[in-house]
Amino acid sequence: MDWFPYFLQQLINGLTLGSIYGLIAIGYTMVYGIIGMVNFAHGDVYMIGAFQAMIVLLLCGTLGITWIPLQLLIMLVVAIVLTAAYGWTVERIAYRPLRGAPRLAPLISAIGMSIVLQNYVQLLQGPRPKPVEPLIRGGVEIMSRADGSFVVQLGYLQMIIIVLTIVLMIGFALLISRTTLGRAQRACEQDMKMASLLGVNVDRTISLTFVMGAALAAVAGMMVTLYWGNNDFYMGFIAGIKAFTAAVLGGIGSLPGAMLGGILIGLIEALWSAYFSAEYKDVAAFGVLILVLIFRPTGLLGRPEVEKV
Amino acid sequence: MTDITHGRNARTADTGPAAPNAYVEAGKEAVYTAVLVFLLGFLMVGYQTQVLQGEQMSYVTRYSDVIWAMLLIPAGRFLLTLTRFDRTLPAVVLGGLGFVYLFGAGVIGVLELPIYGSLLVPVDTLQPHILPFEQPMVNVIFGLGALFVFASAARTRRRKTTGGQSIDIREAAEARQAKVARNLSSVLGPILIIAALVIPLTPWGDRKLVDSLVLVMTYVMLGWGLNIVVGLAGLLDLGYVAFYAVGAYTYAKLSTTLGFNFWESLPLAGAMAATFGLALGFPVLRLRGDYLAIVTLGFGEIIRIILINWQAFTGGPNGIGNIAKIDFFGIPFERNPAEGTTAFHTLFGLEFSTAHRVVFLYYVIIGLALITNFVTIRLRKMPIGRAWEALREDETACRALGINPTNTKLTAFAIGAMFAGFAGSFFATRQGFVSPESFTFIESAVILAIVVLGGMGSQVGVALAAILLIGLPEVLRELSLYRMLVFGGVMVLIMLLRPKGLLSYRVPTIQLHKGKPKTMAPPIVGAVK
Repeated sequence: MDWFPYFLQQLINGLTLGSIYGLIAIGYTMVYGIIGMVNFAHGDVYMIGAFQAMIVLLLCGTLGITWIPLQLLIMLVVAIVLTAAYGWTVERIAYRPLRGAPRLAPLISAIGMSIVLQNYVQLLQGPRPKPVEPLIRGGVEIMSRADGSFVVQLGYLQMIIIVLTIVLMIGFALLISRTTLGRAQRACEQDMKMASLLGVNVDRTISLTFVMGAALAAVAGMMVTLYWGNNDFYMGFIAGIKAFTAAVLGGIGSLPGAMLGGILIGLIEALWSAYFSAEYKDVAAFGVLILVLIFRPTGLLGRPEVEKV
Repeated sequence: MTDITHGRNARTADTGPAAPNAYVEAGKEAVYTAVLVFLLGFLMVGYQTQVLQGEQMSYVTRYSDVIWAMLLIPAGRFLLTLTRFDRTLPAVVLGGLGFVYLFGAGVIGVLELPIYGSLLVPVDTLQPHILPFEQPMVNVIFGLGALFVFASAARTRRRKTTGGQSIDIREAAEARQAKVARNLSSVLGPILIIAALVIPLTPWGDRKLVDSLVLVMTYVMLGWGLNIVVGLAGLLDLGYVAFYAVGAYTYAKLSTTLGFNFWESLPLAGAMAATFGLALGFPVLRLRGDYLAIVTLGFGEIIRIILINWQAFTGGPNGIGNIAKIDFFGIPFERNPAEGTTAFHTLFGLEFSTAHRVVFLYYVIIGLALITNFVTIRLRKMPIGRAWEALREDETACRALGINPTNTKLTAFAIGAMFAGFAGSFFATRQGFVSPESFTFIESAVILAIVVLGGMGSQVGVALAAILLIGLPEVLRELSLYRMLVFGGVMVLIMLLRPKGLLSYRVPTIQLHKGKPKTMAPPIVGAVK
């Protein structure tokens, strides 16, 4: 069993990474589910969330708030609220006027928005990567090899990330299944025109979908700031693509699918880097995506698309 | 139900019993906008993070910028809302004045005229500026915002005299626009080609301009190539740059290891890219729409990652250098050519100039681009082109009619990829150097944007969009930091104003019952005719 501790460590790392991807992926999957477009700017909204969390952390230092739980809480709340404002604005400016336009128009608009957001942040915050000092150190030792050469550690931060993700997921599932808003969302997903005839405010529902997606992306951005602490204006692109991959892998439009896909992508990436090569980890993620799409085009948990002629 | 009487029917709302007061409504909107701007700008604009020595972070505050944004953007919103209630005068006046002041002063600043300094004093944050923002470009951008307010108010004013737009009028307007686009395309095409051919001969055609035009033409060619895949066959390809990379690296390897020259390796690069096109096309045949888009995106990234990491073959992130420069069909463009060869300038009795090569490159890329265009136009009229368009319109119907979607899609992928391979090979010989950095996703996005902005399927539109999207950043090179911001903004803006593209008149190449598609409405009548 000499291999097991190393493997377990990779599982833990992969799960942490996967939680972050999963949170971003939910934003993609919800938007795709409701208006059928790929929100290319979502990765950049996540990047803005990470930057805002970082600035809040910096301000906490200035204001003399040093108690870590309070710092985390302030970061979480401020990042969520301010990033949600970005999500709302992006939808209002770039997508809402294009409802009913040809299918490619919102996609191009989204790509343009993504370029705008990246350069906006680059102009405002500078192109250099921002190092953030780790806020939470240490962890629990779970097990070690018999000769003590390798220790498996579950970091406190990793615990926070995984637990917070689970809590958010449960809250979210309840929101979608139990509340009026969730019902409106599901109605819009099925038939937007019918929903509006029945008194659902479609514009508002779609806006709120973007707001929720952005809020979850902000949480992911905050976690990544604490976990890796190296933010730059370009970080949203590759994370965004991987999260979208996760959403497709899990079956786009399905919330549990997005989370499952995120965790799978995280695990694949961690295990592949550990056992094969770190350079080709992205190739592994995309390779899996292509395989899944060829053999099961609707993803793991997606509903098969019924084609109407 | 006062909700319905909104927007264009606002005049009835004014006279109605529960008529909302325009100024109150606009004020409310302005307050909401101010709150939103505060939320957006408070952290991102208000605090600029800086990395100090020793990896320490600190920040500088920029509250005055946030406050100005919180004043100007809601003001614009206020005026726009008033316009919606047909109170257009304030928007016209204030928007116009704001545009003249902000844009004018900003441009003075961008040009670095000395007056700008006097407009800015006092720069102290606590005292009011005469100009809102210290950065001239930000003033220019806000000036353009004011122009938008002015323009939409002016348009509403004009429309007021002609009355509201019913659906019939709008349809007629759309038909008119399509007709204009069609006429414009047929006139503009030859004009553009002639202009492109003579520009290097005119006094303005200096090296710098021709060099930029070479870049623009490369993208025109890429746009036309991708147009086959996206515009004609309707397959959304987000990884087109991969084939461009394959072409570039094929030439780079052939030139550095086997000593091939450009003309020898051009067909090989095209064939190689086409093979990759087939290799990508085959597994993704069953996918449709957005799934196809994401797989092609993944494919593009995979190629790029392999280029970065396969050090032994591709040179890794450093790329491949010392690629042979283009020659004039075997005659080199060099001051001192190798023993036993004649240089271009001695052969033609000209004085040596580095511009010769640039001008030659320019004509080569125009030739390649025109070949792409010509082939596309001819293919459209062949059965395979018809099949592409049919596939774009309805895949299920195609199957029912006996068109083989597999072959049709594969040929579209392969031919589109082939042209990207040619363009890539050209890129490599122009630069003399290739590296993975040139083949990022953003390139694919730009090429796709050119196709879509141009109006899918319109050859002239694609050329115009390439000139706009590639030429614009070249012109704006001075504003280095802002140019990508403007680039993205223009992409969004064109989509908002013309969602179907600049020159769009998507008519199928052939149509039953020529000229009057409307008579098709009751199908039986149409069939009898």
